[in-house]
Amino acid sequence: MSLFKLYLMFLKIGSLMIGGGYSMLPLLIRELVERNGIITEDELTDYMAVAQCTPGVIAVNTATFVGYKVRKLIGSIVATLGVITVPTILIILIAAVLKPLMEYEIVEHIFAGIRLAVCALITASVYKLFRKSVTNVTTFVLFLLAFLFVAVGGVSPVFIVLGAAITGLAWGGLKKC
Amino acid sequence: MLMYLRNLLLLFLEFFKTGLFAVGGGLATVPFIRDMGAAYGWITEAELANIIAIAESTPGPIGVNAATYVGYHVAGIPGGILATIGLVTPSVIIIVLIAKAIKKYYNSYLVQSLFKALRPAAIGLITAAGFSLLLVAIGVKANFLQFRFSADRLTLLKLGIYGVFLFFAFFKKTAKIHPLFFILAGGALGAILSL
Repeated sequence: MSLFKLYLMFLKIGSLMIGGGYSMLPLLIRELVERNGIITEDELTDYMAVAQCTPGVIAVNTATFVGYKVRKLIGSIVATLGVITVPTILIILIAAVLKPLMEYEIVEHIFAGIRLAVCALITASVYKLFRKSVTNVTTFVLFLLAFLFVAVGGVSPVFIVLGAAITGLAWGGLKKC
Repeated sequence: MLMYLRNLLLLFLEFFKTGLFAVGGGLATVPFIRDMGAAYGWITEAELANIIAIAESTPGPIGVNAATYVGYHVAGIPGGILATIGLVTPSVIIIVLIAKAIKKYYNSYLVQSLFKALRPAAIGLITAAGFSLLLVAIGVKANFLQFRFSADRLTLLKLGIYGVFLFFAFFKKTAKIHPLFFILAGGALGAILSL
């Protein structure tokens, strides 16, 4: 894949993701997994997992990961620039001239509607990843524990990712012994 | 002029620091931005709330949007760009290092066992994040311990619309529609129905 195409792909993702890091998930699955076959669903899940427990913005971390896979260091820079180009320009425009526009009531209604559509897309995307990785009792227990710890217990995702990684290492190590 | 250059440099450094230490995505940058506001008098608490609201409802990563906004607010267009570059630079460095390491050992037995356990947990995390996004979108406060569902008409309407979108996202014939059209339809419905 050419650098230009990589840039355009992330430009598109950056301009369509509304509502933060997770709203890019449906777009990543569509553009990277289904349409271009650059990465697999498993790889995407791995990237998102690492992106959540490393410092920085999740979307930028994920873009860097994918960019690296495609074209090493230069790919990761190009993908990151792609994902931030439109948001940066847009926010400068809003801060400079469009701020009154954000105060119209209709704008609020439009975004309320978009959020519902994005949530449905995320649900469908999560289901796709779920079907791929949660295949037996052990993986279901890991899924459920992570969900409950974060959703009910309010535990930071960092600890979940570290805990799961250690569990995996220990499990793998024990099986080999 | 000297003051302006100093501000540009400070913006880059402060957002570099934020990018280096804020773990857990865009909203994790908020406490850092609050500190900057207090230390340099760049933004007030009320402006911060405004910035978060705008960052959440415009396209793009929330942390990037907030950095651009603060940077522009302090030092114009160069400020907006430098703050953003500052924020993403640590990410690129750290992730490239990790990606290199993973690439080298990806097929090793231990890394594979690590990811086998990590994947379902990561999906659990994303599900939890998606769930809290949904609660916000349909207008229910996200507190499980005292979870009460107050179903006024607007909440029910939003839940219904979510259901319709969910159907289209799962139904085989419509699941292939590009996310862009879901977003456009959502925006149109939001405007028509005053959601």
